[in-house]
Formats: sequence, structure tokens, C-alpha cells
Amino acid sequence: MRTAGIDIGSITAKAAIVENGKILNTKVIFTGYNAEAAGLKVYEEVLKENSLSKSSVRKIVSTGYGRNSVKFADKSFTEIMCHAAGAHHLNAHIRSIIDIGGQDSKAIVLDDQGKVKNFVMNDKCAAGTGRFLEVMARALEVNLDEFGAISIKSKNPSKISSLCTVFAESEVISLIAKGEKRQDIIAGIHESIAARVSSMSARLGITEPIMVTGGVARNIGVVRALEKKLGMKIEVSSYAQVTGAIGAAFLAASL
Amino acid sequence: MKKSISDFLKMVLIFLAGKFKKFTMRFKKSKTMKDYMMVYYSDAKSARLTGRKVAWITSGGPVEPLIAMNVIPIYPENHGAMIGASKMGGSLCEKAEAMGYSADLCSYARSDISCATINGGPIGGLPKPDMLVCCNNICGTVLKWYEVQARYFNVPLFILDTPFCHTEYTNEAAKYVRAQFDEYIVFLEKVCKKKFDFERLKEVGHLSHQGQLLWQAVLDTATNKPSPMSAFDAFYHLALIVTLRGTQDVIDYYTQLVAYMKNRIARGIGAVPNEKYRLLWDNIPIWHRTRWLSEKFAAHNACLVADTYTTAWCGALKYIDENRFLDSAAEAHARIYLNIGIDEMAKMVLEMIDKYDVDGFVLHSNRSCKPYSFGQLDIQRIVEKERGIPCLMLEADMTDERSFSESQISTRIDAFMEIIKERKNK
Repeated sequence: MRTAGIDIGSITAKAAIVENGKILNTKVIFTGYNAEAAGLKVYEEVLKENSLSKSSVRKIVSTGYGRNSVKFADKSFTEIMCHAAGAHHLNAHIRSIIDIGGQDSKAIVLDDQGKVKNFVMNDKCAAGTGRFLEVMARALEVNLDEFGAISIKSKNPSKISSLCTVFAESEVISLIAKGEKRQDIIAGIHESIAARVSSMSARLGITEPIMVTGGVARNIGVVRALEKKLGMKIEVSSYAQVTGAIGAAFLAASL
Repeated sequence: MKKSISDFLKMVLIFLAGKFKKFTMRFKKSKTMKDYMMVYYSDAKSARLTGRKVAWITSGGPVEPLIAMNVIPIYPENHGAMIGASKMGGSLCEKAEAMGYSADLCSYARSDISCATINGGPIGGLPKPDMLVCCNNICGTVLKWYEVQARYFNVPLFILDTPFCHTEYTNEAAKYVRAQFDEYIVFLEKVCKKKFDFERLKEVGHLSHQGQLLWQAVLDTATNKPSPMSAFDAFYHLALIVTLRGTQDVIDYYTQLVAYMKNRIARGIGAVPNEKYRLLWDNIPIWHRTRWLSEKFAAHNACLVADTYTTAWCGALKYIDENRFLDSAAEAHARIYLNIGIDEMAKMVLEMIDKYDVDGFVLHSNRSCKPYSFGQLDIQRIVEKERGIPCLMLEADMTDERSFSESQISTRIDAFMEIIKERKNK
């Protein structure tokens, strides 16, 4: 049976096609202004790449902040449920998930069946999210995709103490003016995100094995900083960014 | 001159409207909350015509001595709830911030302080007070808030200080609070320029006690499955036990309400059609979003059957003894939910979880109300450990709609309900 999952996030829209327990293909595009159009586009593109027709897909589940604007979905679930399902299918041993997305971050604890036991979300503040990194990348004139590689060269991460994205940005600008090394500043930015996310996770009481999902998981600098702060080993799947869409597709199979 | 004439005419009109309402109510079989509230505010707004005094009082303050002295009690917090429900909190808070008050100050305080200067809000401002009565059993903010208003209106302020009762009500605390009740009576005699009527207080004390018992009876109907009422109904019907405790009106209204709920039980009618999941609410309602939240939970077939907030108006019943009214009132006021230790609060929450047989616990982390929100995480942990039910923390504010994000709260509720459904359908 072939099913699809569509995850409409604040920055990117993701789609996954799953067939008989295997991931066939995934796709990521920018959400842009129109969440409904982005959902349709990413779905059509993921199908086109595998020369599949819409009629060959049995069920579709949508998730993410734009889950209710995916009109062609059979059902929607929250991204908490979908990240849990996705992570469980990628690695059945996972007991905790840290999902750092564009506009929020979450920690999820799973039971031994891979079901959600508890979760906590930070959605009041941009610090600790992908948006924070985007703002910093602009201030530093560095491509965000290079952040991870640059930061692991740092031996002496800068201190970013501000809890607010806007003030942290001016802090970064003054560090640039002081002539601090770019790699140190970026490493400092990663540590500041890690501090936020790890205290939230500790509050929930996460346990190993831990998986980091969401777009920010692609940034090795953030993952390392989180491991250091939590004192725990973290797993990252190559499907990190599309874990929610994959989970949605697996949930669609059980509808 | 012109303004004072038009103000006077306005007051006469309000007075006549209230009298007319009271007259027509005689012929109504069931009297609504709106009827009672209209008469109440019309009496208060035309108090200067009838020679009655008006006292502003905190929600946890002892109102019975005021009723016994024929003083009209007015609750800025009840007004705050009305401001929140009319979605006027944000703009009034902005006004207070422009006056120099911190955005971190309680939104009831901010809206009340700014509203007083412009006679704004849903009812054109509160009637001017002749005195203020402040009891700090609910929070510390009320001290400064009432001091500000006492200066603004240039009226006397009485402060009743209730020491925090971590676990017990010591002899020292009992003496200390009881002595202040005597001072309170002297204060009232001075402001009202008449002797205190202790016989009348006995009657008022009796009515107050009966009113609280009836309010408990109303809330108790929610133990039925399906529950005939939700916490959102309780938030609405609460107004009378807060504002008119100690009067016959409260008895009449809640007697009628208990009968109404029992009738719904007999006919099997639930507040949420197809009630499948039962939840407990903690903290003051998000007044500007009650309808949205009620529909949101109902869409999941979930009913918030009970809450720690409205229970507070009958939560200290066990301490009340009509025969030693003042002594017992002192204890009851000192030992309310917000003036006891976290372990004691958690104990009450666990009792409610068992009594109403709920599947989950929803906590509103209220940016405004520090004493209610501090310690919630500990209570949540105790509940998770002792009862193992899912808990959800929502971050918002009771009156200030600027602290509410719909899509984010929506995702949290959906995810919470996914967990509850999965557990229950296992």
C-alpha cells in the first residue's frame, strides 16, 4: 500500500511517499506565502520525481502548522504525533525526540511502543528555533548551510547572553565589530540555542536514545552543542528534516 | 456645570432602568444572570442617589461585613473578567503601559487602573468607591494596586493581611487575622458613620454559608457522566457567588441552577454532546478565549468538567461555622487555595481528579497571575506521578489578548488530545 505525508512548516513544506513500510521518496520546498499551494506543489513534485499518479496513493495525512490548509489530506495529526511516528520508524529504539523547526522547538518523550508519552514546546520566543539561525546567518553574511562546518572549527565559542533574538543579533553585530572570529561567533550562537533547548528538554525529563529531527538537525554545530549541554549522545537521521512527513505517511497507512 | 447635570441625568436613568428591571423580574419564572447583574450594577452606579456607600473589594476579601452594613461591594477583578471577555483588555493594558505601568504587572490591575481614568471598558467604568477593602490572601499585587486606587479616588483603604498558611493555621495566625476583623468593623463604622449591626451580620453570614453550599452543589453536578455543565459554564455562573455572596439573590439563583442541572442529568443531556473525555482546568480562565477554547475541546468530544478556579468560592467551606462566624471567616479567608503550600494545593487537585474522574489536566500558565502560576510545574509533576494522567500547560493571559497565539495553542491542544485518545482507546 502506498501512502503520503505532507508536513507544512513555517519555513519549508515537506512531502514523503511510503510504500509497504519503506520510504520511496521525500521532497522539501519553501512554504512561502500560500501554505495550501505549497502543500499541493510539494505533493505533486514528490510524485513526479517517481513518475507516480495521485490515484496510486491510498491515503494522505497532513501535519505541521499548515496541516489544516492541506484540503486533499484524508486526516491531519499534529507534528508531535508525526515526529514520534517518523522517528520510531527510522529507529525503533528512540525514546526521546528533540525537534527544532523554523518557528518552534519541542521535546517529546516516547513509550516503548513509540507512542507519545509527553511533550513540551517552546513557541513563545524565536531564540531556540531555526528562525534565530536565519537572522544570525544574515548578520554574519554566511550561508546557513555552512554554519555547522564553520562552527566545529571553533576552539573558543563566543558568549551570547541575550535571551531575545533581536538583542542577540545586536550582540552578534558588536562581536563582529570587536573582531571576534566568525567561527567562534557561530559556535556561540549554537551554544545559545543548545542552552535554550536543553533546559526545556531537561524539564520534560528526556532519556537516551535521543534523536534530533527538524530542519536544524542538519546543522552539526547545533547537534554537537546540544550533546555537550545535555551530556548525552544524540542520533541524527539523514531524513531529519522530513521526519514529520515520513511519520505522517506511516500514520496514513494505519488509517 | 453642564457635565455634572448630564452625569446626574445619566445616574437617574440608570437608577430607573434598575428599578424597572427589578419590577419585571418579579414576573419572570427563571431569572437570568444578566437580570441580576443589571440590577446589581444599576444599584451601584446610582448609589449616590440612594445614599448607599460603595466599596471596592478584592475577590478573596470578606464581603459579609459590607453587606451587613448595606454597603454595595464592587469587584475590580470581576470587572477585569468582563473587560477580558469583551476583548478590551489589550487596549486598556496598553493605556496603562503608556501611563508608566510595567507590562509584567497583572492585566486585571493594568486594565482597572487605566479604565478608572477614562471610564472605559464594557460598562463605562465602575461606580466610584467610597472606600477600598484589600485582602492579600489572593496575591501581593493587590496591595499596591489598591494603594494606587486609594490615592486616585482619595478614599480610605482597609488592608486585611492574611499570613501564608503553608500547612496549618497557627494560633498566632488565628489571633492576628481575627484581630484585623475587629479593626475592619471599626473601619466600616467610621466610614459609614453608623454602629455595626452584629444581628444583621448573623443573617448575612448564614446566607453566605448557604450560598457557598449551593455553589458547591452546582459544581457537584459535574460528577455525573455526561456532565450537565462544563467549567466554561461555571466561569459564567460564578459571577453571583463572587459579587453578591451573603444575599438572598444568590440563594435564589443557585437553587434554580441546581434544579436546572439536575433536570439535565435526568434527561441525559451533557454540556458537550457525545462526551468521551473529561478534563480538569487549573487557573483563571482565558477570558477573551473562553468560547474558542470551549469549542476547541468540544470538537475533540472533551469536556472540561471542573476547575480549581471556581471551586475556590466554596473551597474553604470546611472552615466555616455560622455560630462563630467571624472566627471561622478569618480562618476560611486565610486558608484559600492561593494562600496555602504547593503540597496542599496538589492534594486538592488530586482530590478533584478523583472526584470528577478526569482523563487529563489542563494548566493555564497565566502570565498575569503569579501566585496561581508559580508552582504549577510542581503540581503537574505530582499529578503525573500520583495519577499518571496526561497534563497540558498552556501559556496565555487571563485578560491581555496580546499574550495568546491561536495556532500554537491549537497545536498543543490537538497533540494533548491525541495522547489522551490513544491512552483511553488502548
